Amino acid sequence: MKKLRLSIASVAIGLLALSGCGQGGTPDAPAEGDGAQAEAPEYTVNDSADFKDSKTWKAAKDAGELKVGVKYDQPGLGNVKAGSEQPEGFDIEIAKMVAAQLGFSPDQIKYTETVSANREPFLQQGNIDMVVATYTINDERKKVVDFAGPYYVAGQDLLVAADSDIAGPDDLAGKKVCSVDGSTPAQNIEEKYKKAELVAYDTYSKCVTDLQSGSVDAVTTDDAILRGYAKQYEGEFKVVGQPFTEEPYGVGLPKGDDAMREAVNDALQKGMDDGDWKKAFEYSLGSADDVEMPKIDRY
Amino acid sequence: MDFLQLLEMFFSGIWGTIKLFTVALIGALVLGTILAGMRVSPTPVLRIAASTYINVVRNTPLTLVMFFCAFGLPFLDIRFGATSSFNSFIYATLALTAYTACFVAETLKSGISTIPVGQAEAARAVGLTFGQTLSQVILPQAFRTVIPPLGSVIIALLKNTSIASAFNNRELISAMRNAIEVRGDLVIPLLFGTALAYLILALILGRVFDYLERKLVILR
Repeated sequence: MKKLRLSIASVAIGLLALSGCGQGGTPDAPAEGDGAQAEAPEYTVNDSADFKDSKTWKAAKDAGELKVGVKYDQPGLGNVKAGSEQPEGFDIEIAKMVAAQLGFSPDQIKYTETVSANREPFLQQGNIDMVVATYTINDERKKVVDFAGPYYVAGQDLLVAADSDIAGPDDLAGKKVCSVDGSTPAQNIEEKYKKAELVAYDTYSKCVTDLQSGSVDAVTTDDAILRGYAKQYEGEFKVVGQPFTEEPYGVGLPKGDDAMREAVNDALQKGMDDGDWKKAFEYSLGSADDVEMPKIDRY
Repeated sequence: MDFLQLLEMFFSGIWGTIKLFTVALIGALVLGTILAGMRVSPTPVLRIAASTYINVVRNTPLTLVMFFCAFGLPFLDIRFGATSSFNSFIYATLALTAYTACFVAETLKSGISTIPVGQAEAARAVGLTFGQTLSQVILPQAFRTVIPPLGSVIIALLKNTSIASAFNNRELISAMRNAIEVRGDLVIPLLFGTALAYLILALILGRVFDYLERKLVILR
């Protein structure tokens, strides 16, 4: 455990160095090379998996690849680092975990970038077999796609400078809060916290740049995404830790394929029971000590 | 969120687009005219300054121009108001103005070159200054000649406002993003709805330009 923590820390330091924000005052950084990269969790591939009742599974099995839609721009969840081609993060780990249970090895997964505007159309048109992309389960979306999970319940939270005294959404009056244009967190701020001034860009990275320069006082979105940034900029930012909404993340699946939904739900349940979920979480988002595993909703 | 609320969202988005468009349009026409005048002026310094500006800004992608305005100007501590939404509005309209003015200037310059040199010579011969020649004789004719291509430049400006939503402005594209976020079941209809909204705005503009062309065109 201690070794894992240490290696996570050294990865974070490495990230800090990579991101080029040469902070003058980080002399206490542990020496590098003590632990190499944190070991990526491996999931046992269930070779005897057989879900012939599922159209999606059968087509994917015949093609020998499972097409998964993920995000490419959210550190810790689904992120493609500069210079890298493979996405990484908690969503990716969940995708690997589920895929393993469905009988697909990690190299049989084909990742496609999905953004908010194309998740539903991609699933409807069969461009992808499942979406693991910080995809909040809600009734409108259930009309056109099916959801397995939730595999994580995120909540809207705030990312602030490490020395900020903002302790929750009620402290936001008169402050500038940044989020992504049109996103649910941005709409929440506009509707429920009218005294805060919303700044909306098209990506969270612009918000983080503004938070670094002090142009905004806080960045708001689901805590999981903020954890990713807090980990990337350790010591500079912190997550307030008072989630004020509930966003159950589900695995989006093509509508009507109940066998697939059952299979993915079983896979998630199994991952939570045998500790794979926890490993995936700690590998990508840090300590899971105060994080509750959600209860699968088999509707 | 029902249909009416979506419609309301889109109307507020359209209003945002119109605001950006109107302010940038006025700015671009003014700056563009000045630039065109500089391009044909007898003073080499002005000519070179204008053509350098046009060559640099016209050949920079608008997204970058907006990046410079939205993140570069605050870095230099150039701010226009207390609220960040007002600042962002000014930054975006500045970028749109700076960018579109180049196209307006080039279009106008092509109009100016259709005016026979004899007219300018005649104007100077009766004692008009360069400024008077330009504003009383040349530009009024040049503007009338270039109404159709100017219309295209201005319609492009209308559509270019869509980039501003990425820089803290609320317009049609942000309305579309909002709507998609809450109504994941209607993605394709919402995309078509947005396209339709731009189409309607652009068609109205097109009609205005048709009308202007009919009223103002020079019969030769």
